[in-house]
Amino acid sequence: MIARNIAAAAVLVAATTSAHAQVEIQWWHAMTGGNNQVIVRLADEFNGLQKEYKIVPTYKGSYPDTMNAGIAAFRAGNAPHILQVFEVGTATMMAATGAVKPVHVLMREAGEKFDPQAYVSAVAGYYSTSKGEMLSLPFNSSSTVMWINKDAFRKAGLNPDVPPKTWPEVFEAAKKLKASGHPNCGFSNAWVTWVNVEQLAAWHNISLSTKANGLDGFDTVLQFNSPTHVKHLETLIALQKDKTYDYSGRTNTGEGRFTSGECPIFLTSSGFFGNVRANAKFEWRNAPMPYYDDVAGAPQNSIIGGASLWVMGGKKPEEYKGVAKFFAFLSETDRQVAIHKSSGYLPITKAAYQKTKESGYYKENPHLETPLLELTNKEPTENSRGLRLGNMVQLRDVWAEEIEAALAGKKSAKAALDAAVARGNTMLRQFERTVTR
Amino acid sequence: MKRSVFTHRLLPYALLGPQIAITIIFFYWPAIQAVWQSFLLQDAFGLSTMFVGLENYATLIGQPEYYHTLVNTLIFSALVAIISLSLALLLAVQADKPLRAGGVYRTLLIWPYAVAPAVAGVLWAFMFQPSLGLLARGLREMGIDWNPLLDGNHAMTMVVAAAAWKQISYNFLFFLAGLAAIPRSVLEAAAIDGASPTRRFWTIVFPLLSPTTFFLIVVNIVYAFFDTFGIIDAMTAGGPAKATETLVYKVYFDGRLGGDLGGSAAQSVILMVMVIGLTAIQFRYVERKVTY
Repeated sequence: MIARNIAAAAVLVAATTSAHAQVEIQWWHAMTGGNNQVIVRLADEFNGLQKEYKIVPTYKGSYPDTMNAGIAAFRAGNAPHILQVFEVGTATMMAATGAVKPVHVLMREAGEKFDPQAYVSAVAGYYSTSKGEMLSLPFNSSSTVMWINKDAFRKAGLNPDVPPKTWPEVFEAAKKLKASGHPNCGFSNAWVTWVNVEQLAAWHNISLSTKANGLDGFDTVLQFNSPTHVKHLETLIALQKDKTYDYSGRTNTGEGRFTSGECPIFLTSSGFFGNVRANAKFEWRNAPMPYYDDVAGAPQNSIIGGASLWVMGGKKPEEYKGVAKFFAFLSETDRQVAIHKSSGYLPITKAAYQKTKESGYYKENPHLETPLLELTNKEPTENSRGLRLGNMVQLRDVWAEEIEAALAGKKSAKAALDAAVARGNTMLRQFERTVTR
Repeated sequence: MKRSVFTHRLLPYALLGPQIAITIIFFYWPAIQAVWQSFLLQDAFGLSTMFVGLENYATLIGQPEYYHTLVNTLIFSALVAIISLSLALLLAVQADKPLRAGGVYRTLLIWPYAVAPAVAGVLWAFMFQPSLGLLARGLREMGIDWNPLLDGNHAMTMVVAAAAWKQISYNFLFFLAGLAAIPRSVLEAAAIDGASPTRRFWTIVFPLLSPTTFFLIVVNIVYAFFDTFGIIDAMTAGGPAKATETLVYKVYFDGRLGGDLGGSAAQSVILMVMVIGLTAIQFRYVERKVTY
């Protein structure tokens, strides 16, 4: 009898605790410094607003580290609910049917209000199917812009208020800058393939790869050995010889060459803003990416970089409800405006962009609007919606290898790009084999 | 061999147990898994798996890049071993002389061994950084267009310098111990007979050091093959254009960054065979031919 009572009491206790227990939602991310604080603040705010769910953010290292940690955890059966994945991991995540839960399905099942049209199309398109179904929630997005050292421009007799618009104008400006105290670097860029292959293609409405750059299927074939790409690389090779252009590496480790004043023109992510604001000891500004004016229709629109939030599969319905609530919370206009202003990353909804614009914020901070003007310059075409290629991390490295060989004078521009395309296609076919079953 | 007496028949096995368990869990088990994985084609999440037999090996052998990386590894290892061994020997011979405050020199020379490979990598990368680095500036002023981001030879020089520097301390320590073991009387006798210091070194010291040297050669090659990952990752990430990619770095790059687990496992298995070969050579030939 006593035993039965105890058992009944235990059941009762268990029932009441589970009714009151908060549902924990794990969020693995790769944000450091100021952006880590943005994440922690978002989680605290959400946890303060309601008591049912608790978002637990965890820093997991660099982008590749975070993604690999998520994949390893999935294989071990304890994946987080939300995983921040950089844009080049999109195809891998998307191909993992069953390992991930598409955002549009999540929101529908949880009954959260969700309008895919509310998101900036150049941002959301990168993470949606060709039918417009959103797969992951864009979180931190940026685009390529051209950073300019205004003091150096004045010294070289150039007008920093009228920055070069086209590539030939950039080359001319770089020559003058080189002659006026920048012997090692007239202009340069970070993320060599993102800037000189991927953005160049989108900005000129040139196909990078068939099937809408891979958005419409994994049987996509690379074709960025276009005349414009070849011409661009040929010019860079020629300018590398006398350091009018100087290569700064595959990732963004070379960005310090702008803030130190060594390279007066530098193309890299708009997310470089925080670093420039903190470290540049000269007057600076940014401007849209240059283009070749002899290419019809240029400039088109730029594509994004950054990361999005993926929802992992195999979780409980009430946990998914919490994730959906959190995503709705993140998408609220005021919150987007706040994230945009505090992190420098792009707002993901049209309403948030509109609101920031109307508040006159961009008048004082025009550098935050430059990437948005690029992204929304024209309605995206199938060449400029984004790209989705398997093994993208390796692909980028193979392309960078070929470009490095060309810049070192070991190969012609055409030969390097042809090889980059051919080697890349072999890797794409391998990826296709592993994902189609 | 001496036979030990245990009170119980099972006691020796129980004492061996932990070591055997560790070997099985941390060596045999992963090794078997790597061999099995190398026969599979699998996506990153492990959702679809296909048995492809030896295809991963065939792909690897058909890749010109693989041989390129192999050659890189051999050049890199040879340079690291030669440079770090010869500098360490030079330093050890100098430090072995009766010096005032010799202990301070010896301690300072051993210090770099305590530096983590990635830290050593960052340190050297900073000194060689084209726009800020101290050494890079010096090279530029000497008229060398120092550019490790594009020039593969420059990048190789950089990683070899860092990797060799890191290993000098270890080699120094062993050489110093080896020198201490050389009987003074032999050297003194040679000196009385009129042999110059150089002659004494090459005819007495160097041959007597040969066991140490051979041991260090194997250790240094193994170090250059396997323990320089942190340095390469921190300095060049294998670039430019794979000029500084070693076999171990390729395993990491293809498997962890590229998600090609099968191909990466196949490379690990090949590496495993190489290590087994190296060890066999060490035991079979080197140890026998060296006079102790």
